[in-house]
Amino acid sequence: MTIYTEEFRVERGNFQEAGSASSKIKRTLKKMGISPAIIREVAISSYELELNLVIHSLGGTLKLSIDGSQLLIISEDMGPGIGDIELVMQEGYSTASESVRAMGFGAGMGLPNIKRHSHEFSIESELNKSTRIVAKYNLI
Amino acid sequence: MTVKELCEKLGGKLLTQAGGDNDITCGCSCDLLSWVMAKGAPGCAWVTVQTHMNVIAVASLHDMACVICPEGLMPDENVLKKAEEEEIAVISSGDTGYAICCKMHEAGIMPER
Repeated sequence: MTIYTEEFRVERGNFQEAGSASSKIKRTLKKMGISPAIIREVAISSYELELNLVIHSLGGTLKLSIDGSQLLIISEDMGPGIGDIELVMQEGYSTASESVRAMGFGAGMGLPNIKRHSHEFSIESELNKSTRIVAKYNLI
Repeated sequence: MTVKELCEKLGGKLLTQAGGDNDITCGCSCDLLSWVMAKGAPGCAWVTVQTHMNVIAVASLHDMACVICPEGLMPDENVLKKAEEEEIAVISSGDTGYAICCKMHEAGIMPER
């Protein structure tokens, strides 16, 4: 049973707002008294997912969902989808533009970083359609 | 060591009202935000030439103590406003990133573990 959800729209290319959804999620979790160790892991995953939406997607949503024992961070976008998931999971692989790289992003560390900092990680994608990524945390 | 104390040792300028009393537990120097996101630590004093808004987001998500801009770099006003909101101190120093790290080491600030 879901006891709490919060959803944020994330716009493509909006670097001014990038990170604000993750900050709000972090504040919510602090208020709820979630352990600092879990908050840190969730902050890393949610920020990487949010930045992926800004940099690579056509826009989408970042959602926090909590039931009694599990916390989920779910990223869903409106495309363009990923052709080769195995390739994008490789550390160092990135399709980010030069201008994005100049800002210090696009090192190809995002997805592996989310996997490393979540208890369970799943990614589903269809090329020319959409991508859905879930980072799951056990609270108990 | 607090941010204010470090700022004095660096001969730098504290650009924010907030965060001056933040306690520094370690230091790092990196301009790749993805890298810092992967390896950042609470209480860190982070030296970077990046001065855009996302630096504050990364510093805040990691509960860092401060961001240090080397070589006289100055972030925009809206970046400093965000830093105030998130209570992340921002220091600007005329020194190079390397010199800042040397001074931090002399002051007993060690790399993040």
